[in-house]
Formats: sequence, structure tokens, C-alpha cells
Amino acid sequence: MEALIRWLVDTFPPLSEALARLIVYVLYSGVLAFVAPVLIVVAYTYMERKVLARIQDRVGPNRAGPLGVLQGFADAVKMLTKEDVTPACADRVVFNLAPVLATVAAILVFAVLPVAPGVIGADLQAGVLYVVAIGALGEVAALMAGWSSDNKFALLGAFRAVAQLIAYEIPIVLAILAVVLAAGSMQLGAIVAAQDIPFALVLPVAFLVLLVASIAEIGRSPFDLLEAESEIVAGYHVEYSGMKFAFFFIGEYMHLFASAGVITTLFLGGWRGPLASSDSLLGVLLGFIYFVVKTTAVIWIMMWVRGTLFRIRIDHLLDFAWKFLVPLGLILVVAVAVALKLPAVNSPALRWIALLGANVIAALLMMIVISLLARRSRSAALRAVAGAD
Amino acid sequence: MAIEQALQIFVFVILTLMTLGGGLAVVTSRNLFHAALSLILSLAGVVGYYVLLDAGFLAIVQLLIYIGAISILILFSIMLTRGLMTPRQVQRNEQWWIAALVVFLTFVVLIVALWQMVWPIADDEALRTPNVAISQLGEALVGPYAIPFEIISVLLLVALVGAIVLARETENNQGSHAEAGSSE
Repeated sequence: MEALIRWLVDTFPPLSEALARLIVYVLYSGVLAFVAPVLIVVAYTYMERKVLARIQDRVGPNRAGPLGVLQGFADAVKMLTKEDVTPACADRVVFNLAPVLATVAAILVFAVLPVAPGVIGADLQAGVLYVVAIGALGEVAALMAGWSSDNKFALLGAFRAVAQLIAYEIPIVLAILAVVLAAGSMQLGAIVAAQDIPFALVLPVAFLVLLVASIAEIGRSPFDLLEAESEIVAGYHVEYSGMKFAFFFIGEYMHLFASAGVITTLFLGGWRGPLASSDSLLGVLLGFIYFVVKTTAVIWIMMWVRGTLFRIRIDHLLDFAWKFLVPLGLILVVAVAVALKLPAVNSPALRWIALLGANVIAALLMMIVISLLARRSRSAALRAVAGAD
Repeated sequence: MAIEQALQIFVFVILTLMTLGGGLAVVTSRNLFHAALSLILSLAGVVGYYVLLDAGFLAIVQLLIYIGAISILILFSIMLTRGLMTPRQVQRNEQWWIAALVVFLTFVVLIVALWQMVWPIADDEALRTPNVAISQLGEALVGPYAIPFEIISVLLLVALVGAIVLARETENNQGSHAEAGSSE
């Protein structure tokens, strides 16, 4: 970004630096807001269909274009030409604002993602906190959609969505906190710079917690209770059709990409890879390619999970967050903090080993506690059965 | 620099319209849900002020706490309370004059305070060091302000436990939920 600004100032002398900066950042946000959503939705819906088809032993989309690659565009045309239906009793203003807010909330995350060396909208001091905070806007959008539709299923879906999002926000924060402790910064750029070894290798427990909680946060199977077709039709967007539904759809895929991008940035080293650097155009491009490849790999894992696991029950969903992920995250944060402050930890290599050790200890501790509790509740259940006889 | 200043004023005007307009809608709207959404708009305007003042951390915390937690809670409780969802609510109750008095007194205090306060203006150099600011904030919370910080934590914990106690089912109708209670 800085290099581009300097190039603009040098090539077009009448431009002041402030103006060049303005142009570059406006263009960048334009790309993020208008070009990226279309590309991401078209690319990843196609990928999702193909991956799911492969898992379910089908062919998947294969009519539009070679191998069905144009399917996304066909869907877009279909969405655009559909009738736009608004329920008679809907609260019109809120009803129309909700899909916009849902999409905007997902796009806003991209402002702090370092997608390539030196290419970042704003490397905020509290970047990771910003990522968490923006999620709140998505919750507001879900509530707005569910309430304004004047539909019981939509309202139920909105309630579920918010309960789930609030519950899974906490493990996300705890997992991110472990990364912040290890990197010593909340700045996403600095976290990428700190990963000489990708954090997924030294903080595997935090990585798994964040991956699982992110799947829940974006409401994908097996945590897709907010749009469980068999229970509440389609959740909070049941009354939406045409372009307004498409906005929710775009928001969902943007959210998917953003979450995977955050995981990539925090745990997989972001844009880092051989020869990626901010010195040359080639290095920047390589970094961008690394980022997209890693993010796509994370998305692929999420699709794989979706194709493999069935939907879980709502009380199991909330129990899993509050009784397993949150305690695990708390233990992990304490273990990581202690490991980093051990007097013996005085070289980078020892630091990595200490972090890994903290993770293993946290996971083991959690497993022991869980198995003890499970044994106790099992024997209590057995006693109850025996007493009944 | 001129462009930046013009932009800042432009953004400031938009934010002020957001904040004041949202606030006005909160008190004038007869639809409680709309009032809550307007409150979010107003709080979002305040987030914008913090960003404009280069206080990124405060802006994010404002977003996280006021919009992410408090507003969602307000929306949730409105949706779960019977009778509050109807679009026409009475806007006052018999205590309106107490509220008016308190509001008036607060307004007078604020005006006097703003009038007499001499605002220290930091030089540009001090404003451009947010990196120091955020770590200073952290060190202040565990250093000189450790005791107030801990007291607030305890207060919040007490509120949390109190809320759970209030919301807990009584012993009598717990029979059907024996499994849920056995984990204690």
C-alpha cells in the first residue's frame, strides 16, 4: 500500500501524498466491498457444491459452462430476476435494512485482514478485538430480520442465532487471547510477523477451539440450528426472497471467507511463505496467493465437516460451548500465560516448546476432568434407573 | 492536510446527525423495538467519534460492549417481554416529572462544567502515539488502578451471581429437571 502511494506521488507530481493516500484506500475499500463479495460468492458456492457432491458420491453442478463453473453466475441471474416479496405485516424499514447490515458486518472484517504483505485496510492497535466486535453487528442483523418478518419461525431462528452467537463468541475470544499472549500484540500485522512457526503447530488446542467455534459462529453444519429446515423452516431469513435473500447469502459466504481468513492470519501464518515479501510486486502477489490458498484450505475443512457430521441438538450445542469449550479456553489461557513467564524460557526455541507443552497440559487436564464428570453422571443415571426398579 | 480536514468535518457532521438523530428517535418512537434500534444507531455514532479522535481502542470497546452486549440484551428482553412488541406504547408513566427534574439538573451541571473547564490540548506528537497509549492503559489497570479495577470485577461478579440466583428455578418445581441440577 505504502509503495503504491509513493509510486502515485512520484508518477503524477500534482498529487499530494494525502490525496494519493485517499485514492488508494478508497480504491481498496471499493475492491473489498464490491468486487470481492461477487468473486467470493461465485467461487466458493461452486466449490461448496462440488465438494459436497464428491462427499455424497454425486457429480454436482455440471451444466452451466465447462464442469459447471458458471453455475454461480446462473444463480445470480436467477436471484436478480426473482420477485421481491415483502410480508404484509412486516416492519418495512427494518425488514429492508437487515440484509444490508448482515452483508456489511461480514465485509467490515476485511478492513483489518492482512491479505498480502503490506496490503491491509487498517492495521489497528486492537485488530483482533475489532474482529470480535464486528460480529455483534451480524447478531443485530439476525435479530432485525427475525423480528421484522412477523413470522414465528423467523423469530425463533433469530433467538437461536443470537443464543448461539453469544455462546460461541466466548471460546473465540479465549482462543484469540492465547494467540495474543503468544504473539505479544493484538495487531494482526504484528501477529503475522510473530509467526516464525505457524501458531497452529504450537497452539493446536487454541486452533481447534477457534475452528470449531468459528463454524458455530457462521452457523454452518453441524451448528446450523439457526436455519434448521426440519425444525424452523429456514430461520430468520425465511420471509426473504430475490435480491434481499441474495444479500444474506452473500453475507454468509463473506462471513465464511472472513472467518477462515482470520484463522489463517492468527494460526497459519497469514500471507507468510517462501519468497513472500513486501519488497517486490512478485513477493506481494505470492503472499496474496499463499493467503488465499491457506484460507481456501480452512474453508475446505469446514465444508468437509459440513458434509460429514449431522446437525446437533440445541441443548447439546449450548452445553458444548459453555461446559466444554469455555473451560478449555480458560485453562488454555492460564497455561499459556504461565508457560510464557517460566524463568527457564529464555530462547525462542524453548518458547515454542513451552507453548506446545502448555497446550498439551491444558488438553489433558480438560480430558481428565470431562471423563471424571461423565463417569459420575453415568453412575448417577445408573443409580436412578436402579432406584426406579 | 486541507483534504483531511475537510473530510474530518464532513464525517463529523454525519456522525453528529447519526448520534443526535438516533437519540431523538429513541425518545420519540412509540415502537419500542425501533427505539432500541435507534439507540444502536446513536451508539454507532459515538463509535465514529472515537475513531475520529484516533482512539481506536475505545471505539472498538464501545462497539463490543454497547452495541454487542448491551443493545443485544435490550433487544432480547424487549422481544421476550409480553406486550412490549405492540407498535404503540405509552411514552410516560406517573414518574415523568422526577425524570424531567433529574434530566434538567444533569443538563445544568454538564453545561456549567463544560463552560468552566479549560481543556488541555496535547500537541500532535503526543496524539500520534497510540501504541504507547494502549499498553499504558493496561499497565495502569494492574498498577495504580488495580484496586478499583478489582472492585469493579467483584461488583460485576456479584451482579452475575445475583442474576443467576434470581433466574434459578425454585426447589419445588425442579423435579423434572433433576438431571440438569445434578451437575452442581
